[in-house]
Amino acid sequence: MIERSATEIAAAVNGRQASAVEVLDAQLAQVERVEPSIGAFLSATADLARRQALLVDEAVAAGRRLPLAGVPLAVKDNMCLSGTVTTAGSRILEHWVAPYTATAVQRLLDAGCVPVGKANLDEFAMGSSCENSALGVTRNPWDLRRVPGGSSGGSVAAVAAREAALATASDTGGSIREPAAFCGVVGMKPTYGRVSRYGLIAFASSLDQIGPIARTVEDAAAMYDVMAGHDPMDATSLPRPVEPTATALRGDLRGVRVGLVREFDTKGLGQEIDALYRRAYEKLAALGAEVVEVALPHAEYGLATYYLIAPAEASSNLARFDGVRYGLRVEGANVQEMYAKTRAAGFGPEVKRRILIGTYALSSGYYDAYYVRAQKARTLMAADFEQAFAQCDLIACPAASSAAFEFGAKGDDPVAMYLMDFYTIPMSLAGVPALSVPCGFVRDGESELPMGLQLVAPLYQEARLFAAAHAYEQATRFTLDRAPASLEGVR
Amino acid sequence: MTTMVEQAYEAVIGIECHVELKTNSKMFCGCRNEFGGEPNRHLCPVCLGLPGALPVPNRVAIEHVVRAGLALDAAIPAHSKFDRKNYFYPDMPKDYQISQFDMPLVSGGVVRFRRADGSEGSCRLTRIHLEEDTGKSSHMGSRDGRIAGSTRSLVDFNRAGVPLMEVVAEPDLRTPEDAVAFLEYLRLTFLYLDISDVKMEEGSLRCDANVSIRKPGEPFGTKAEIKNMNSFRSVYRALQYEIERQRRVLAEGGRIVQETRGWDEVEGVTHSMRSKEQAHDYRYFPDPDLVPLALDAAWVQELRSTVGFTPIAAYDRLQRDYRLSPAQIRQIVDDPDLARFLSATIEGGAAASGEGIAAYAQAVANWLLGDVSRILNERGISIAGQDRLTPAALGELAELSIGGAVTSKTAKELLEHVMSEGGSPKEIVVREGLAQLSDPTAVAAIVDEVLAANAKSVADFKAGKENALKALVGQVMKTSKGKANPQMAERLLRDRLTGS
Repeated sequence: MIERSATEIAAAVNGRQASAVEVLDAQLAQVERVEPSIGAFLSATADLARRQALLVDEAVAAGRRLPLAGVPLAVKDNMCLSGTVTTAGSRILEHWVAPYTATAVQRLLDAGCVPVGKANLDEFAMGSSCENSALGVTRNPWDLRRVPGGSSGGSVAAVAAREAALATASDTGGSIREPAAFCGVVGMKPTYGRVSRYGLIAFASSLDQIGPIARTVEDAAAMYDVMAGHDPMDATSLPRPVEPTATALRGDLRGVRVGLVREFDTKGLGQEIDALYRRAYEKLAALGAEVVEVALPHAEYGLATYYLIAPAEASSNLARFDGVRYGLRVEGANVQEMYAKTRAAGFGPEVKRRILIGTYALSSGYYDAYYVRAQKARTLMAADFEQAFAQCDLIACPAASSAAFEFGAKGDDPVAMYLMDFYTIPMSLAGVPALSVPCGFVRDGESELPMGLQLVAPLYQEARLFAAAHAYEQATRFTLDRAPASLEGVR
Repeated sequence: MTTMVEQAYEAVIGIECHVELKTNSKMFCGCRNEFGGEPNRHLCPVCLGLPGALPVPNRVAIEHVVRAGLALDAAIPAHSKFDRKNYFYPDMPKDYQISQFDMPLVSGGVVRFRRADGSEGSCRLTRIHLEEDTGKSSHMGSRDGRIAGSTRSLVDFNRAGVPLMEVVAEPDLRTPEDAVAFLEYLRLTFLYLDISDVKMEEGSLRCDANVSIRKPGEPFGTKAEIKNMNSFRSVYRALQYEIERQRRVLAEGGRIVQETRGWDEVEGVTHSMRSKEQAHDYRYFPDPDLVPLALDAAWVQELRSTVGFTPIAAYDRLQRDYRLSPAQIRQIVDDPDLARFLSATIEGGAAASGEGIAAYAQAVANWLLGDVSRILNERGISIAGQDRLTPAALGELAELSIGGAVTSKTAKELLEHVMSEGGSPKEIVVREGLAQLSDPTAVAAIVDEVLAANAKSVADFKAGKENALKALVGQVMKTSKGKANPQMAERLLRDRLTGS
């Protein structure tokens, strides 16, 4: 049962061939088997899961059909789920119990999902390896010596290791797409504003977007269909209707113009990776796509732009963690000292670094030079995509510049880590939807490590994105018939 | 004792006001916006700044601010936005305040006011913007609740997120009297618009003042910001004190430092709180949780039609068109409901224009400030809190009494009746036959009847007892069931008795 896709599980539960409780039991057994080696979760939500499974079974027995009936779900731990400890991977929220549920998570619950646990992440979603989590280590199921990617490392590891059929994730500069590539799963970042951010612990509000993690494109589309749509609780939520994507999947790419980005040449990524992406692009052509070249001339400023805007917003978003109302408090002689001690003890080094960068960028005298210029660069980047999409329907490019790396490989060099998001940041800045779909493996020593192809669509064209990814996935099946190496023997 | 040198200085005063807006819900969430009550009852993830919570703007609050701007002749821009003002404070849940920095909802504007002597003054506005209020801290374990020496602090977040309008005035004011008159008219304007309770004692109106002194024509001097003024009277006293303090400092060859000073109501002095060198860098930037506001011209026009009349417009009309006395005007303008009722009565009345209007307005004002207010007081209700007496009814009453159609006694009884039962005074007069008898022939018939029946009174009068005439008038009124015109009855009686 746990090998089945979310779509298959929902069909079985709705058809009463299996109960949600049975699915949950099988799922919890798998979590028990693999979790000691994977570490995808920061906390289990078994009691909540059981209550929810019973409710789903009751609903089905009463004749209701739920789009994700009984589907086991991992919830990234920066999303509120009422009654669960919700940490954002940070000491400062280590024991904080959310008193409410994020809109996107609530929609999944309403659709019949059963939440099995809260998934690990880089602290406040700041990182590309999950190594910045203050509360746990998550390992890549394809090679336990390697990172799962980040920040949604727990979400992708849980789905790859069959600890959940689906996982929620959030993407600010690549936090869905890079880890999805590292763990050989499908991860999709919707158009900014498609999925409500209400209940998502903010990192950078103008970039944060919740999206699905799944083992198949069809599952990801089904999950997106449930989560997407206007939410009156989020003022940046798009008020436009959402067309269903799971029913618009395709088997080929005829009539689709795919743009390859001139500035994203893969030669510099090494011969093996370069060859892998060339094969991926050829496969798109073989499926009927017309391949054209497009330009994103400002993409090279993506990292610099992102590392001003995101920390600036973060410096303000994270101010509320002050020890006054909730979370960690370290007492001091007066309130200023309490603030300083609480925040010194509660935040890890990468979070502190970004708060400092962001505070500096917003400071009087530097604001115009940094924040305002970064916003202008962002506008140019959005215009780049608009022009590129005048010549193509989709863009194809790498989801990450390498396969998963070993723990500690990036050492203490934050910029080396930041470069992991080179291919994903421009889309975040432009707000366009993008996904990562497995596109083969590279060999590194004894390991075979999955790689991800990133497909990018114009604003609001999620259906087109899923349709193309499905065609490619079905034609290649890189991970559909193959489980991660670490699961052998424990399954 | 003042010297010539000291008198040469003039004060320059700039006022900043914070006004809590009257809305059902808070600025960015659905919690109730309500003063007082048990601490921490009106809270949700949003106004408590919980992780993941997001703000959604209150449309009514935005409309209130735009209407305030329109009432004060300000410009409403096509675009506005919310910004974050970043600083740490324990009663501010997010450690930033959602406010407006460089694109406020309202730019410019002017507050016109009348001084106590009726003369006109004005003060330009810089801007009006919209923000969220903070919670309230109270400090425990210290003498008189001050933070110094306290052992712990408690925070009530009921007020956190209440919509707050900030009004910034240009430094146009020159005297404490004008500052208070400015504040009074600003307060009245918001009261007329019904957008705030504007109660200083409840904190729904709070103000700070920037004060400097200079010799006329010279550039502005160094200013001090005065805080903690809790009533118009304390504004007046604090400004007077501070102006005098600065004069003394300069007279003694000293120098004014830019600083924030707190007003001490008990001591009657201002104390230095902090100098400007410790000023914050608020790191303002556009709030990414909120989308920029597009203020559609048609929508602004629609709001303009809801502004209605302002206290200064009411003042002008009462003085110029209705010729009411300064005391009457002040009483009426100070109460928006009374002003609205008066205005509705006069505009709907028979003498809506021309020469008769002043007499008519005077009669309406007399009724409103006299018997109507008395009855309302007795019954413990307000003019707006009742629906028996309508402006049309009061207009009829005024007409009936001016024209002598009913006696003043009947008019008062009519008012009591209408304020209890409702209805049209004119219809009641017809239905109940209450019209005053002013037909000389009819009154003369009654007079003759009374003279014939009261020989003793007639004899008394003829014997020089003037009081006997009053008794005879009383008999006429009694015989006519109170409807005879008493002046006419008296004249006819005297004619008959003196035989002229």
